[in-house]
Amino acid sequence: MTTHAKTPVDPAPSVPVGGAVGRPVDRRDGHAKVTGAARFSAEHHYPDLTYATMVHATIARGTITAIDTAAAVAVPGVVAVLTHLNAPRIRPVRKGNIVRDLGPSVSGTEVNYLNTDQVFWDGQPIAVVVAQTSVAANEAAPLVTVTYREQQARVDFAAEQHNATPAKGDLTFAGTKKKGDAEAALATAQVSVDLRYTTPGLQHNTIEPHATIAVWSGDHLTVHDTTQSTDASHKYLAWRFGVPAAQVRVRAEFVGGAFGGKFAVWPGTVIAAMAAKAVGRPVRLALSRKAVSRAAGGRTASTNRIALGATRDGRLTALIQDSITHVGSVGGLLEATSSPARHLYGAKNMLTRQNLVEMDLLPNTWLRAPGEAIGSFVLESAMDELAYELAMDPIDLRMRNEPATDPTSGKKFSQRMLREAFEAGAERFGWADRNPSPRSMRDGEWLVGMGAATAYHPVLRLVADVKVRLSNDGTALVQCGFHEMGMAAATVQAQIAADALGIAYEKVRVEYGDSDLPPGPMAGNSNQTATVATSVLAACAELTRKVTALARKTGTTGQEPAATLRAAHTPFLEASVGSTSRLGSLRSQGRFLATFLKDQRWSKAARGAQFCEVRVNADTGELRISRWLGMFDVGHIINPKTAASQLRGSIVMGIGMAMSEQTLVDPRNGRTMSAGLDSYYLPVHADIPPIDVAWLNEPDKSMPLGIIGLGEVGMTGVAAAIANAVYHATGRRIRDLPISLDKTL
Amino acid sequence: MKTFNYLRATDVDVALQRIAVEPGARFLGGGTNLVDLMREGIEAPETLIDITRLPLDGIEELPDGGLRIGALVRNSDLAAHPVVRGRYPFLSQAILLGATGQIRNMATVGGNLLQRTRCLYFYDEASACNKREPGAGCAAREGFNRGNAVLGTSDACVATHPSDMAVALAAIDAVVEVRSSRGTRHIPLTEFHLLPGTTPHLESQLESDELITAVELPPLPVAAHSYYRKVRDRASYAFALVSVAAALDFGADGRIADVRLALGGVATKPWRARTAEQLLLGAAASEDSFATAAAAELAAAVPLPGNAFKIDLACRTVVAVLRRLTTERSGS
Ligand SMILES: Cc1cc2nc3c(=O)[nH]c(=O)nc-3n(C[C@H](O)[C@H](O)[C@H](O)COP(=O)(O)OP(=O)(O)OC[C@H]3O[C@@H](n4cnc5c(N)ncnc54)[C@H](O)[C@@H]3O)c2cc1C
Repeated sequence: MTTHAKTPVDPAPSVPVGGAVGRPVDRRDGHAKVTGAARFSAEHHYPDLTYATMVHATIARGTITAIDTAAAVAVPGVVAVLTHLNAPRIRPVRKGNIVRDLGPSVSGTEVNYLNTDQVFWDGQPIAVVVAQTSVAANEAAPLVTVTYREQQARVDFAAEQHNATPAKGDLTFAGTKKKGDAEAALATAQVSVDLRYTTPGLQHNTIEPHATIAVWSGDHLTVHDTTQSTDASHKYLAWRFGVPAAQVRVRAEFVGGAFGGKFAVWPGTVIAAMAAKAVGRPVRLALSRKAVSRAAGGRTASTNRIALGATRDGRLTALIQDSITHVGSVGGLLEATSSPARHLYGAKNMLTRQNLVEMDLLPNTWLRAPGEAIGSFVLESAMDELAYELAMDPIDLRMRNEPATDPTSGKKFSQRMLREAFEAGAERFGWADRNPSPRSMRDGEWLVGMGAATAYHPVLRLVADVKVRLSNDGTALVQCGFHEMGMAAATVQAQIAADALGIAYEKVRVEYGDSDLPPGPMAGNSNQTATVATSVLAACAELTRKVTALARKTGTTGQEPAATLRAAHTPFLEASVGSTSRLGSLRSQGRFLATFLKDQRWSKAARGAQFCEVRVNADTGELRISRWLGMFDVGHIINPKTAASQLRGSIVMGIGMAMSEQTLVDPRNGRTMSAGLDSYYLPVHADIPPIDVAWLNEPDKSMPLGIIGLGEVGMTGVAAAIANAVYHATGRRIRDLPISLDKTL
Repeated sequence: MKTFNYLRATDVDVALQRIAVEPGARFLGGGTNLVDLMREGIEAPETLIDITRLPLDGIEELPDGGLRIGALVRNSDLAAHPVVRGRYPFLSQAILLGATGQIRNMATVGGNLLQRTRCLYFYDEASACNKREPGAGCAAREGFNRGNAVLGTSDACVATHPSDMAVALAAIDAVVEVRSSRGTRHIPLTEFHLLPGTTPHLESQLESDELITAVELPPLPVAAHSYYRKVRDRASYAFALVSVAAALDFGADGRIADVRLALGGVATKPWRARTAEQLLLGAAASEDSFATAAAAELAAAVPLPGNAFKIDLACRTVVAVLRRLTTERSGS
């Protein structure tokens, strides 16, 4: 029997037929979430369920020479303690091909968990306790004692940077991009800045920590997992446990935030499945917040040189960005920090280079707007600095360098309304009231400043298989294994399907979050809405053709679709995009390439103008943000309510990055000292001002329904806008995040 | 967390007899600190004696104008008490700037005084900490020490005392009443907590079989003109980097006639700033005299790379608070 996430159907239609798209419809999952009815991954019940807690290494690199589990095993209720000496064997990570199956990128690390005596980072899980209760598992885990032979470890980013080497890059992002001779142009520029910016590592702290329930039934595996990629994850688990993919089901109906941290498969998922296999009972492995920061990656730290050269009237002649970021020795990804620099301004000569240094740390991973969050801080702070060198308004400087075509690729923009966003934003925010001199505005003991920055995030579209069924009772069912991490994915696809089928929004049911459904895309890179919409629209169009033909046959043209079906004595009609057969999956790869190549004809992105007002205490340096406006160019908005929440939430995350968030890795031994919310400072409500968000609502004509994904763009430019406002308030440039009060004193 | 016995005391004497015979037992107040430490494996008592039902939750006005606060009064109730708000406003402010509403509803006065440091290395079992394990060494000295102390530190320990409430109590010259089966003692709050020296695991004068029963506030007219300022890494829900509890009064000549000053976030115990007080007493209320007094108090500070900024920050915050109190006085 299969059950899928169901979204409640409101009996009283309130959305007019044909008018769902563009309406601020409430989130379908909202009621279930606020009433506690929504089941998250750790909340499924199985008879005989056991509870697991991982034991983490406390050295950064070395070999386990002994591991004593006797005291842990002796704790009443403990069922098993698994280490590399007795855990089930698993297959090593498969190196894959990004087009074929996302391959190794879905693996958080390459480690063969509990199958090796090697330690690759401080925090690596090296044992797991399985018990009758979570209390017993938590009591026993610290009793496992481990002896190591330690090796020299590379854990100090500042000290390792000289070992960085140029990054290769991949299909979507080149390691180095060059145009003209940027260094020469910089040397002869009339006005220039040459600066260094750093950003610290950042941790994932979603409201729902990572958790897995793994259940084996023979050689069939069901996994409830906190994942934003059910399809990739079920294939990955099938490979590692050596069973056919059809025998692995990954479910994630509700995910309590993901932001990239639940895309890759992290050790907890694999170890839960290993443990369940070993004890022959279902296992729940719910990570504590500490465990998340030790065993699921976050954002890399970065060091960036940025240099800008310009003519005296503000035309960029040189743009150089050289970034160093890190990866782990057992995984990690290139954080594309020069992405904004490559696409935002029309500089004649450009050089952007990514350099990587390998370290003995937990591999880094995606974290909302990977690349652009850091890159926009670097570029947009430097633009502000250049504007002051030129004695120009920083927005004018940006507008003077608006390119006609993509400055790196030379491609046409499918849509670019940055100028309009800045104009509308400046007006709405009251930018003209700003006295441009630093330290010129004051309110009692508070120095006041205003700052602006450009937001930028590129568009990516993947493929989704979708099945849509229209029934003669007037309802429709959309099935697609996409992901609902709280952004209203199901709500928005129901709106799209309702209008495409010409039926009421409330009549559309959506099933998602399950690898047994037609495979959806991973939810990342702000791709999901447009990717799924492409297939939903195609399936609905096919259905509509079928209904139209049937209507002609039955003489019901002009009536509602259900009437046609009833007249034809047809209980339902279905249309699908893609299929899970071998041929079907080859076809969907073909579809991916076709879409990808088509999208490649253009330079496509979400953009926006961020504005903020800050206050810095003249005595203590405390920073408060008093006002925010984000004015976005993000295509056609399907649901203004949920879009606003996404943009606002992103801005909140940007504020955290700017003001207080910071992974503390002890440079002496590589231990994460910010492994909890007591030491990793997320912003609290009192740090967040009223946030005004608005958009131009101009469709991107190259995209289905004119949609541009907007899940990440709101985070970009935020840190720069704040740093620029802090400069305006205090006359101090803060080039190292976070902007803590000791830096503004 | 290690398995433990739990029992609930309803009578002070019974609680005292029990702890006298069971040295591995600990009193449980609101549990907001102790239970966290047990979860982290830093404390592992054999038995918890829940004292929250003991009849020590009253606030009484004393005939001399002072106040007697039961050890089990919840932080929220103390902060909201009209006499506290009227006569000792900085005590109320200090409490309200600590933790969150939920935690303050649970936390008790006795537990607040005995809450343990937030030093990152104290909280991390894999790191060396002399407080957790005497003789193990101190990882904080050369590690992340932004939150650590600059005053009252020793080679063995640089851990900050985290309480906000206790900083205001130090300025008030509060007295802690403690009882054991051996009798009752009264300990001035400024002497209640110990400097770390070579024994950082010993944090207060309280013996392991003693129960805090009350905190007494003397009558203190200057406290009616007081202010608590807390400076931290975000706007709320964070421990202090620097906090200042100050009370100020002027004579007819406009000079400072009475002053109380205590610092939090910078010291290994709630820090009464007596050096600064002495310099301020009788001085003119000016930025200069405030700055001179603050600098004199901080002259003994020993900075670490990660917390050196606190010396300047503490001085600036003292000046800002005294300026504010002066302006308020001349305005009223
Ligand atoms: C997330 C968080 C944030 C916080 N932020 C702040 C902050 O900003 N500022 C601040 O000042 N505090 C802060 N706190 C600490 C909080 O104030 C303390 O946890 C609280 O005051 C402790 O009181 P309790 O009654 O819960 O103590 P418990 O946890 O019950 O006990 C603490 C200790 O005191 C002992 N004890 C308790 N009562 C007695 C008694 N009557 N006699 C003898 N021994 C006793 C216990 O045995 C234990 O050793 C924070 C706490 C948390 C969890």
